[in-house]
Amino acid sequence: MTYQAKLRVWRGDAEGGGLRDYTVEVNEGEVVLDIIHRLQATQAGDLAVRWNCKAGKCGSCSAEINGRPRLLCLTRMGDFDENEVVTITPMRTFPVIRDLVTDVSYNYEKAASIPGFVPREKGPDGVHRMQQVDVERSQEFRKCIECFLCQDVCHVVRDHEDNKKVYAGPRFLMRIAELDMHPLDNLDRRKVAQENFGLGMCNITKCCSEVCPEGIHITDNALIPLKERVVDRKYDPLTWLGAKIGRRPHP
Amino acid sequence: MTTTAPAPTGTGAPGRARIAARHLRTDTWWVQPAITVAVLVSFIIYSTIRAFEDAHYFVEPYISPFYSPCITKSCQGDTFPELFSGPAFLTPAIYILILPLGFRLTCYYYRKAYYRSFWLSPPACAVAEPHTTYTGETRFPLIFQNIHRYFFIAGLALNVVLTYDAILGFRDEHGEWGHMGLGTLILLGNAALLWLYSLSCHSCRHIVGGKINSFSKHPVRYQFWQVVSKLNGSHMKYAWVSLFGVALTDFYIRLLATNAFSDPRFF
Ligand code: SF4
Ligand code: SF4
Ligand code: FES
Ligand code: FES
Repeated sequence: MTYQAKLRVWRGDAEGGGLRDYTVEVNEGEVVLDIIHRLQATQAGDLAVRWNCKAGKCGSCSAEINGRPRLLCLTRMGDFDENEVVTITPMRTFPVIRDLVTDVSYNYEKAASIPGFVPREKGPDGVHRMQQVDVERSQEFRKCIECFLCQDVCHVVRDHEDNKKVYAGPRFLMRIAELDMHPLDNLDRRKVAQENFGLGMCNITKCCSEVCPEGIHITDNALIPLKERVVDRKYDPLTWLGAKIGRRPHP
Repeated sequence: MTTTAPAPTGTGAPGRARIAARHLRTDTWWVQPAITVAVLVSFIIYSTIRAFEDAHYFVEPYISPFYSPCITKSCQGDTFPELFSGPAFLTPAIYILILPLGFRLTCYYYRKAYYRSFWLSPPACAVAEPHTTYTGETRFPLIFQNIHRYFFIAGLALNVVLTYDAILGFRDEHGEWGHMGLGTLILLGNAALLWLYSLSCHSCRHIVGGKINSFSKHPVRYQFWQVVSKLNGSHMKYAWVSLFGVALTDFYIRLLATNAFSDPRFF
């Protein structure tokens, strides 16, 4: 069935802006992005919104709906009460360009600053070999669609602009974890994770995991395991001693 | 709605969309932290009272988990070797409670729980925290969270003692084997929950196999890692249930020791 939904949409740019009220038609089964498109088509032709796939796969339509970081295309209108005012704002951690579109360059800069994959020597038969069980952990992380909702919700940068310089954010700490767990990667990334990318800033409060549309267990499977690896390298006197006397190199 | 002057930092930092509200969440995000505070504060009050009470923690053949291992000469009962006599104001509980306390304080799950609910950092996702600066776990004292694995090991040792206590519960009040009462069951259940809590620990997961990169070269540790990973998925649940378990076990023993209740015997 069709009804008229009450929306509040943030309109503006870096100079200023505010929430504006709209009433837009909603049909059965529609998602918030459909409604934004209808709003654009019928009442606000200049409304800026970024989207591509409308299927939760491209990671473009990230925004905040009733204060929670979500994908516009994966949030059903059916989740809300028909009388409820649905508030839609751009992500509040990144600079706004216009309306719902933000400048997410912070994330691309962090991505570029992470040391890339450094392959080990090939095996005696001239091939790199690894087994499925060796890569299963990182395959979960590869589901990432780079929507940056986790980066948006992470209070380390969301609430502290100055931390952006020193903190890579959950998405890219997860990338470091992925490479550090990689059986063919030859770099020890534990020290830089802590010292250059700010792993110690994360207080494992799990908001990144809560908002990830791919359901990646970012905190449990990437950040905490990476913290434990860092402890091996930097804080645990016994493992440190073990490595010093050459018994066990980083596995 | 508004274009009020934003706060200079946080979501009000220059360039970001100007929204004055600290958050725009419409759900009851504050319920969870409120419950966490209520439960943890009640537990702290109860366990502090019990730790200083220095009485009603032993009744043949059961000892309360708050007082075990009971290592001083002033101990009631004889479930553990009495190693020394400390100053009178320190009850036998004080010496050992530091270990479970440290274990839970540095636990990754409890950290999340109290950072959110007590320190409001953040109180809930996308709800701005009240602090103007933030360094996470990079400095003293929070950098000491990194010693969690040592508390994990100590926790395992305590679990062994509490399991031993539960086994002693199969003796009757005269020290004869072949007894079982409700108390025995409760001690066993308590020990089982503590094992589940410890074995589902993130440090445990790391130690058994998480630190390895080539699982295919360590098939046995990979199996262990898979089991612990499975348990780890319920770590939060075990953290709460085992906390209740310890308090209720202690309370049951106090009931017995004050003669408020008598232990039903199965055999
Ligand atoms: S768990 Fe860590 S990285 Fe994830 S949102 Fe919380 S502080 Fe940020
Ligand atoms: S980890 Fe999840 S939330 Fe973060 S960018 Fe990837 S898909 Fe988005
Ligand atoms: S439009 Fe592609 S994820 Fe929403
Ligand atoms: S006991 Fe909770 S993570 Fe170790």
